[in-house]
Amino acid sequence: MNFIKKFFDKTRPAFSEGGKLHALRSVYEGFESFLLVPNTTSKSGVSIHDAIDSKRIMSIVVIALMPAMLFGMYNIGYQHYTAAGLEGSLMEMFAYGLLALLPKIVVSYAVGLGIEFVVAQYKHEEIQEGYLVTGLIVPLILPINCPLWMMALAIAFAVIFAKEIFGGTGMNIFNVALVARAFLFFSYSGKMTGDEVWVANESILGLGKDLPDTFTCATPLAEVGSGQMSASLNDMVVGLIPGSVGETSVIAIALGAVLLLWTGIASWKTMVSVSVGGGLTAALFRATGSTPIEWYEHLALGGFCFGAVFMATDPVTSARTEGGKYIYGFLIGVIAVLVRVFNPGYPEGMMLAILFMNLFAPLIDYCFVQRNINRRLKRVQR
Amino acid sequence: MIKHIKLKKGLDLRLQGEAPQRIKEALSPTGIFSVMPADFYGFKPKPVVKPGDHVLVGSPLLINKEVPSLQVTSPVSGTVSAVVRGERRKLLSVDIEADGHQQCKAFDIPSAPNAMTSDAVKSLLLESGLFAFMRQRPYDIVANPNDTPKGIFISLFSKMPLAQDFAFTLKGEERNLQAGIAALSKIATVTIGVSPEQEDCIAALLPNANIYVFSGPNPAGNVGVHINHIAPVNKGEVVWTMGAEEVLFVGRLLTDGKVDMTRTIAIAGAEVKEPTYQKTVIGAPLAALLEGNLQRTEHIRIINGNPLVGTRTDINGHLSARATEVTVIPEGDDKNEVLGWMMPRFKDFSTSRSYFSWLQGKRRQYNLDARIKGGERHIIMSGEYDRYLPMDIYGGYLIKAILAGDLDRMEALGIYEVAPEDFAVAEFADSSKLELQRIVREGLDLLRKEE
Repeated sequence: MNFIKKFFDKTRPAFSEGGKLHALRSVYEGFESFLLVPNTTSKSGVSIHDAIDSKRIMSIVVIALMPAMLFGMYNIGYQHYTAAGLEGSLMEMFAYGLLALLPKIVVSYAVGLGIEFVVAQYKHEEIQEGYLVTGLIVPLILPINCPLWMMALAIAFAVIFAKEIFGGTGMNIFNVALVARAFLFFSYSGKMTGDEVWVANESILGLGKDLPDTFTCATPLAEVGSGQMSASLNDMVVGLIPGSVGETSVIAIALGAVLLLWTGIASWKTMVSVSVGGGLTAALFRATGSTPIEWYEHLALGGFCFGAVFMATDPVTSARTEGGKYIYGFLIGVIAVLVRVFNPGYPEGMMLAILFMNLFAPLIDYCFVQRNINRRLKRVQR
Repeated sequence: MIKHIKLKKGLDLRLQGEAPQRIKEALSPTGIFSVMPADFYGFKPKPVVKPGDHVLVGSPLLINKEVPSLQVTSPVSGTVSAVVRGERRKLLSVDIEADGHQQCKAFDIPSAPNAMTSDAVKSLLLESGLFAFMRQRPYDIVANPNDTPKGIFISLFSKMPLAQDFAFTLKGEERNLQAGIAALSKIATVTIGVSPEQEDCIAALLPNANIYVFSGPNPAGNVGVHINHIAPVNKGEVVWTMGAEEVLFVGRLLTDGKVDMTRTIAIAGAEVKEPTYQKTVIGAPLAALLEGNLQRTEHIRIINGNPLVGTRTDINGHLSARATEVTVIPEGDDKNEVLGWMMPRFKDFSTSRSYFSWLQGKRRQYNLDARIKGGERHIIMSGEYDRYLPMDIYGGYLIKAILAGDLDRMEALGIYEVAPEDFAVAEFADSSKLELQRIVREGLDLLRKEE
């Protein structure tokens, strides 16, 4: 492995101050610290450090997203082949989905990381890893027919205006991936909702076939809105239903959740309380007859699980106090179901619920921290 | 009176090279001994000796410019060889060429020390230089003798990795502990924190003392944690603290009438051939302490203290006045780990279960080097600091308030109750790799300046 070290030692002068390639310093350093653990040692404070770092954390989240992504690819193919009336093997369907999704992932990373590199260069800082997760989540929470350029635009908007102007990863108020989705949702709602966007409609490299322009297919949640839903509970849990790429399969998301909870990277408090909040609210509305489906179907449908596992638990934008996480999560669940049931315009409420609670997370924390402060003040008065 | 307090938060970490309980032959104090003002944080030093002066054990070397009665005295007898100054004439150390005889300055000890008044004890401690070992909260600085503390807190144990085991050091010095505690009790109420293992022994030695038994992981031995649970420091209050071994110094002064700054330090760490305990005097040259006992001479880190709160030094350094151990670990600057953040890293330790150290049991000893193993980031994960800070304080919020320089908020969030060392375990576990101890120290300094 010495050759890697030698390579970086040899090329370093070109990238350092005054070198020919200085403009690419952040890229160079990013790759160096990616390949080689920097052997800088601590200067003050503790002499030893835990092996955990943000690279490790982010890559665990990326690994946790893999089942949802792989299943999403298969489901893209499955939905297309079913809609086109074609017979296809599992491999063919997966390959179709892979070809449909891969350009999105590549463009997402290219645009987002590109901005990260430029900002790191400008601020003379190291590249931050936060986008590794965001970059994979964005294609997974969009309908497959969302055009690449739209996604690129939304990502650029979200990374710059929701993250970098606040100071980068760790300083943002809103979940960056959801801001990208919200941007598309409100700017190009024709490509984000409705009945035409959920099934890939073109043949790719000979796989599948072009669907007629008039083809439509609604998501189960949209069907709930209009009164009749055809999907069975089995389909919802396995995930062979139309929807955003990564959100359909409860099983695939659960696999990711297990990894996140096992490693302690995501908070179980948030995850559990989102489900409890959503479940209770849905059960209540079911009892009053406001919603035609059972509470567990509410949890299994749409982006509920994906949001609860991968986005409500984003440590940066969620409540940061341990007690606050219960309230934060609970209210996300409540609001998500509330939007679904009472807003006929929006069949799905998870995105808005999380963004809304992102906004209120600091307020929840404020109350918990203030309690601690008041306790301290009271002590003085006594 | 014995009370039990159970702590849950924290982390016990074991490192390779723990010192077994045996004492190596003491070295006779020869060579250059060095007294460093940096060990007495908050002390504004003015040297009262010049090169060539002859000093006895207990002769003043430095006085505090602000409170001249407060002084640092010599741990050895010999000739002052240098008064070393650094940039902007900052005083770095007073070096003394020890003569090896340990001639002691005589102090007047009343025949019945128990009858001494508070002022008599204070002035005896000031004159002997032992008062300089007394520290105060808030600010974690050398105490001001003119203050009236609401109590004196002493922790008789440390849970830091590779730390000295005071129960072992205490053997044969029980009388000095009793005498030291008795004397300090004249100044203010003394509260003693012990580990569950020490409970019986200390309770038998000090039947009348306020003893609190703290069980739980590191930093359960930190005196700051004890204060937070027993009598948290409020604005305007002062508590004093003293290291366990330093109480023995006080006890020796009262029983023998002599200043004796001999410590039984642990020499430990993965790069030490034969970890051991050694009796030595503060300021001793590390080269002599470590001679022939190092695995290698390069790519190692010698630490005055333990790897979590100690300060980095080198083989030419001297035993810090407050260090109870000298540890030597690999520096790690010669390691090039390819894609390390992605690897299983079976030999490494992590509090995160994304690595495998949680499967390897709590008894396993790790060989950790000084690499940071990651870049500095904003605080991303939430609650990381609070897990390792067994106090009623929101660590993450306090750190943010300090970084923002917001004095009122620091105060409100309880900065008066903490010292940098209380954040050591959190700093170890921090995935954002922030220098928490430095940040806390800067916050305390900022607040002190505004006072």
